[in-house]
Amino acid sequence: MLHINCPFCGLRAQKEFAYGGDATVKRPELNKEVSKEEWDNFVYMRKSPRGKHIELWHHISGCRQWFKVQRDTATHEIFKTAKMSEEIK
Amino acid sequence: MQKYSVFSLIKNAFSDHQNWEVAWKDPTPKSEYDVVIIGGGGHGLASAYYLAKEHKITNVAVIEKGWIGGGNVGRNTTIIRSNFMYDANARFNEFGMDLWRNLSQELNFNVMFSPRGIINLAHSDAQMNAYARRGNSMRLNGIDAKLLNRDEVKKLIPMADFSDEVRFPIFGGLMQPSAGTARHDGVAWGYARQADSMGVDIIQHCEVEGFDVEGGKIKGVRTSKGVIKAKKVGLCVAGSTNILAEKLNMTLPIETHLLQACVSEPVKPVLDGVVTFGAGHFYISQSDKGEMVMGGDLDGYNSYAQRGNLPTIQHVLTGGLALFPFLSRLKMLRTWGGIMDMSMDGSPIIDKTHIEGLYLNCGWCYGGFKSTPVSGWTFAHTIAQDRLHELNADLTLNRFSNGYLLDEKGLGTKTWIS
Ligand SMILES: Cc1cc2nc3c(=O)[nH]c(=O)nc-3n(C[C@H](O)[C@H](O)[C@H](O)COP(=O)(O)OP(=O)(O)OC[C@H]3O[C@@H](n4cnc5c(N)ncnc54)[C@H](O)[C@@H]3O)c2cc1C
Ligand SMILES: [Zn+2]
Repeated sequence: MLHINCPFCGLRAQKEFAYGGDATVKRPELNKEVSKEEWDNFVYMRKSPRGKHIELWHHISGCRQWFKVQRDTATHEIFKTAKMSEEIK
Repeated sequence: MQKYSVFSLIKNAFSDHQNWEVAWKDPTPKSEYDVVIIGGGGHGLASAYYLAKEHKITNVAVIEKGWIGGGNVGRNTTIIRSNFMYDANARFNEFGMDLWRNLSQELNFNVMFSPRGIINLAHSDAQMNAYARRGNSMRLNGIDAKLLNRDEVKKLIPMADFSDEVRFPIFGGLMQPSAGTARHDGVAWGYARQADSMGVDIIQHCEVEGFDVEGGKIKGVRTSKGVIKAKKVGLCVAGSTNILAEKLNMTLPIETHLLQACVSEPVKPVLDGVVTFGAGHFYISQSDKGEMVMGGDLDGYNSYAQRGNLPTIQHVLTGGLALFPFLSRLKMLRTWGGIMDMSMDGSPIIDKTHIEGLYLNCGWCYGGFKSTPVSGWTFAHTIAQDRLHELNADLTLNRFSNGYLLDEKGLGTKTWIS
């Protein structure tokens, strides 16, 4: 069982959360010409590293906020969590 | 190669089974091959077998970092089916069904293919309509499909809960009578043994760590046992695809996720065929030994761990108990997990790449075991002829940018949410 530290509510069991995918994927900028390749990369292409991964989680049975988690995809160790406005490096 | 038969069994019984030939050798890698296949799972071994058999290319190595059959081919729940709606998936997998039917004879190895049928249960009128549509699409592609009403389902799976108290009553279901199961390790061993007998080197405990590419052309692979030159290289590494793609500076429409399964203690025969619970995420069959084999959801987040977390198993079994209350009295024997290459539309990719001589076989999600023979068959063709076969003509890498997705479930890019 993962234990995830919600930046708003504190440490809670995995069952309260839903996963939202890779947090490093950036939507192409609005109000400018977007190439087919840029859309392709945004919608479909994923790095999916083995090791440290920055991802989105949703505290669905809690405060219902989205936030970021840095987790090891092989060991499930969680290094950091942060609000959406904060950076994880 | 020694032929397995009743007579060889009797003959070897006289020497206490001490003198059987090894099923495949344990060679040291040569310095160069015509084709190197990375990954000694079902798909890699089948590809090597059909390269040798159909295309007479026998200077081939299958390179496996662990032992053959230790990956998903030995971890899956053995369901074989071709109940697909899209033409590309339906034709591909129905061709595969034909290969399955003859596989034990062809490989001289009992893969225990058992076409005992699969039933997808429906729990609403809308679901019945959707299954009627899928069934019709299947029949247009020559695949057997039968829409069952509630009474017909009750006859086939009397152990399910048909009482009035249930949250998701059974309205009926869609059945593919010719679908079924097979012995998963047997498939890997059977392909390995035949490929070996035709000259393929099966190299275990050898990890591919990098690639040699020159002028846009593949030259070979770097492994834990040294550099191995190759004219052509095929990737069949299931959940490890992203790791190797990264070494080639390729990004793919794939994420690696974990799928778990579990089996109960063995009991007498109670369930014939495979049943999927259309209201939750749960499916079940009974093994030849009597164990109930069960699975359902992915763990739900990117993962390379070959073991899972308990909440998912609990969730899966909650669905199981809703359908089959008798399961509550069975003890669980074991649970395990395997890592899946989840593609962004839920369908596989068998294609050439922008690197000459490098071929890709991936994106099998949680349904690659059923396609093992046809995957090997088409991949061998693609490698040998350097072009796609008509059966994998739509399973391309560029279907995502072109918009020709094969999204059977309508889940878009979040195939792991189901
Ligand atoms: C729990 C579970 C249930 C499933 N149920 C079903 C089902 O009922 N029906 C169905 O059709 N499918 C099912 N699947 C999916 C199916 O098992 C897979 O899609 C399919 O087996 C993948 O192909 P493969 O057999 O070649 O992969 P694998 O057997 O995983 O082969 C890949 C091999 O590549 C090796 N490898 C990786 N990296 C390297 C490297 N760098 N160098 C050398 N070797 C490397 C691995 O060690 C591995 O042996 C299930 C999967 C799981 C985990
Ligand atoms: Zn919260």
